[in-house]
Amino acid sequence: MMEDLAMQMLEIIMNSVHAGAGSIEIRIVDSAAENLISMTVSDDGCGMNKALLQRVADPFTTTRETRRIGMGVPFMKGLTEQCGGRFSIRSRPGEGTILTATVQRDHIDTPPMGDLGEMMMNSIQANGDIDYDFHNRTDKGEFVFDTREAKEMLDGVSLLEPSILLWIRDYIREGVGSVNS
Amino acid sequence: MKSLEDLRRMREEALKKVNVREGDKDYRVVVGMATCGIAAGARPVLNRLVEEAAAKDYNCTITQTGCIGMCVYEPIVEVYGKDGAHTTYIHMDPDKAVRVLEEHIGQGHVVEEYTVNAARK
Repeated sequence: MMEDLAMQMLEIIMNSVHAGAGSIEIRIVDSAAENLISMTVSDDGCGMNKALLQRVADPFTTTRETRRIGMGVPFMKGLTEQCGGRFSIRSRPGEGTILTATVQRDHIDTPPMGDLGEMMMNSIQANGDIDYDFHNRTDKGEFVFDTREAKEMLDGVSLLEPSILLWIRDYIREGVGSVNS
Repeated sequence: MKSLEDLRRMREEALKKVNVREGDKDYRVVVGMATCGIAAGARPVLNRLVEEAAAKDYNCTITQTGCIGMCVYEPIVEVYGKDGAHTTYIHMDPDKAVRVLEEHIGQGHVVEEYTVNAARK
């Protein structure tokens, strides 16, 4: 099991990257009042047919060719079961996939959130051409980061420029922190 | 407090350097970040590489990928040159990764002792 929720989400985001997504939306709700953390990753990638969708939580299901085990979805599903939550995947071939995992926030087995700035930096590092739309909502407010806006500001300079990647990581850490305290 | 406007200023700074646009860099450094890589310690390697590349302005991008297919050798760092040449470094840690940047990206010399070929001999 991964040590924090951000790393688990990164695995799911990487599935969207490998599904050939052009845009990926990440929505996190972290609410003490509702006692839940909910994580949704939606993409416009290749999607899955019914047969694959039914097998996708099985560790021995993977479309990769480098090894025959895939742990991203089984870990996330296992986590929701262990932490009093819910799990769902909806998908349509050619349209995309929406995965939602919710856990009980004060459950003793719920891992810490982890570093969402690093998660988003790593997502961009997987493919800088993808548009990432990141939302983090808490009881205090919502922080949003959309790489389309960043690209507009950068006007041709790559998001993959190392100093820009670090800025994005720190910007998201700061923004998430501002709606958390 | 940071604001998206900072990126305009960073853009101006970046444009003073060469090779800041997509595909301009001489090298692509790729870290294996699937479950196998992460479990073996790829995260600190990737972070150190980005920090070092930003600080020293190395002529490379630092990106990440899924499973490279040699989980036993993780953390793996692959270096791709513009000429298509490709070197696989294995059992990386942050300090070894910095040495790869210094010698391979900085000076153009492959660090032979860290390569998968050295391990297979």
